[in-house]
Amino acid sequence: MEEHIMIDLHGIIKRFYVGKPNELEILHGIDLQVKKGEFVSIVGASGSGKSTLMNIIGVLDRPTQGSYMLDGMDVAKARDNELSNIRNKKIGFVFQTYNLISRTSALKNVELHMLYGKIERKRRRERACELLEMVGMKERMSHKPDELSGGQKQRVAIARAMANDPSIILADEPTGALDSATGRLIMDLFHKLNKEQGKTIVLITHSNELAEETQRIITLKDGMITGEREGLVECW
Amino acid sequence: MLVIENILLALSSLLANKMRALLTMLGIIIGIGSVIAIMSVGNSISNSVTSSMEGMGSNNITVGLQQKSTTEEVSANGRVFEGFNRGSQMKDEDYLTDEMIDALFVDFDGEVSAVFLEENIGSGTAVQSGNEASVTLTGMNQSYLQNQELEILYGRSLTERDQEEAKRVVLVADDLVEELFAGDNAAAYGSEIAVYTGSRYYYYTIVGIYDFDEDAASYSGISSSTVTTPIYMPFQTARDQNHNTKGYTQFTVQAASGMDAEALSDNLENWFNVNYYRNNDSFEVNTFSMSTIISSMSDMLSTISVAISVIAGISLLVGGIGVMNIMLVSITERTREIGTRKALGATNGSIRFQFIMESIVICLLGGVIGIVLGLVLSVAATSMLGFEASPSIPGIIFAVTFSIVIGVFFGYYPANKAAKMDPIEALRYE
Repeated sequence: MEEHIMIDLHGIIKRFYVGKPNELEILHGIDLQVKKGEFVSIVGASGSGKSTLMNIIGVLDRPTQGSYMLDGMDVAKARDNELSNIRNKKIGFVFQTYNLISRTSALKNVELHMLYGKIERKRRRERACELLEMVGMKERMSHKPDELSGGQKQRVAIARAMANDPSIILADEPTGALDSATGRLIMDLFHKLNKEQGKTIVLITHSNELAEETQRIITLKDGMITGEREGLVECW
Repeated sequence: MLVIENILLALSSLLANKMRALLTMLGIIIGIGSVIAIMSVGNSISNSVTSSMEGMGSNNITVGLQQKSTTEEVSANGRVFEGFNRGSQMKDEDYLTDEMIDALFVDFDGEVSAVFLEENIGSGTAVQSGNEASVTLTGMNQSYLQNQELEILYGRSLTERDQEEAKRVVLVADDLVEELFAGDNAAAYGSEIAVYTGSRYYYYTIVGIYDFDEDAASYSGISSSTVTTPIYMPFQTARDQNHNTKGYTQFTVQAASGMDAEALSDNLENWFNVNYYRNNDSFEVNTFSMSTIISSMSDMLSTISVAISVIAGISLLVGGIGVMNIMLVSITERTREIGTRKALGATNGSIRFQFIMESIVICLLGGVIGIVLGLVLSVAATSMLGFEASPSIPGIIFAVTFSIVIGVFFGYYPANKAAKMDPIEALRYE
């Protein structure tokens, strides 16, 4: 059986301030394929362009040039509303700063993702409960983010990312704001999702230690891919 | 589905900043509250004035003489200043006559049910064995007397014969009997009563005692401590006493039930002026019906209400600007939230909708509080003025609609600003 390519980037160039005197090229032609069920990390120093690449993979931004097929769909030229829909259905974001909505409960935060997917209320509630149970947050699901620790918040954020059963999980420094023990728990959760549910995960990090746990490490430097190798540590 | 979610969302964000939400709503609360209060007070004044005027007879038409205006004189004769020199002295042929009334019944057969004639003698003092009571003396024709619907407690009412023979018989109030005869109706009945008026005494025989309605009296501004009661006598008796042999300057025509009094009023004026006053240089007939007064009165009241409401509307405008200001602040504060929502798949449209809904919820909540406040104020004001409170339903509907309109109008710009945020910039916002 032919392997399914989840993320297929070809000749991605990203320029800012196009046509202005201060025009700036951040990505100089990225080619990258990620297979379904792969756990990949992208590493690079600050200013290497990894955030810009993540924004393009997460369809928060469009490339200036190049093609991007996400799960067999050409998304490079999609319109705003189509991009919103793709983000909702195909991508689960996990941010370094969690980005939970502080006024509402953990449960409502998880439901929010499904709300934009126009899933009916009862189904939303059931699914959010399931997911919070999966990440071990069932007992605290009615708590607001302010009442949760960093690790707990990130677990809620992961549950939220999983809400619409996305094609890929895009994690941007998910353990960056956590102590190492809590960070370990979060990484274990990603491994679990990858192994048990076959989720494709792209981890963006500047930590080589974390990157070694993943199947494949892609090194980014000055807007170009400079290295690609397998991870050294078999975590599971 | 999204509407309910967004309303709950808006409420939760308002609850997160209770003080701020309340202060933001204040402009709307004051604006809506004053509009509702003014409209409701205006409504109840108009209602009670109308109903008390209707009680005076809404299908009564007053027919009266008035001097022809000088401007008409000028245009008719082309002689300027002529009108200024002419006095208002009435000649005998200028008066309204019994013949005109007879002709009126013929020409307006079925449209006019009665003509009320009244001759006022004025006020006086009734004296009986050392006791005194203040009275007014009024002569009325039979139809007018019947129209008063007096409740005779003792004796009889006046008869056609009393009228024809101009007998010196009168109807007095029970209150007067209380004052002069210590409440003894039997003693009062048939006895002669002396009334001092016009610097001499007149004597009448009491033939009936009627129930005096003190509520009606207090409405006409008479304080209850010194009750002045009317004494009713035949029309011709009063005219004789006044030595009045001329015609009438004014009388009241009662429209038959079901007739349009305003239209009949115009027809009557026309009829008199064409048939009797066309060639009269000095006088003409003017008619007006109570319903004309009522409608012009309520027109005036509603115009005043609307004018004041417009001023209150300015407060709503200021309130709306306050809402817009706070929405802009709120959006800046929640930039990251907007970024997160966009990352989770919120379209520009759903972000815009969310913030417009929030603005509507603020305005609507303010509107509802304002309505309650306005109603409380109007009930307090009307009870102080002694009118019956009647909340203005159109006012409430207007207030609710206007709150939503303000919410949409002043919420759109901030909401659109939120919708157009770049998700990457928004997520990075500190």
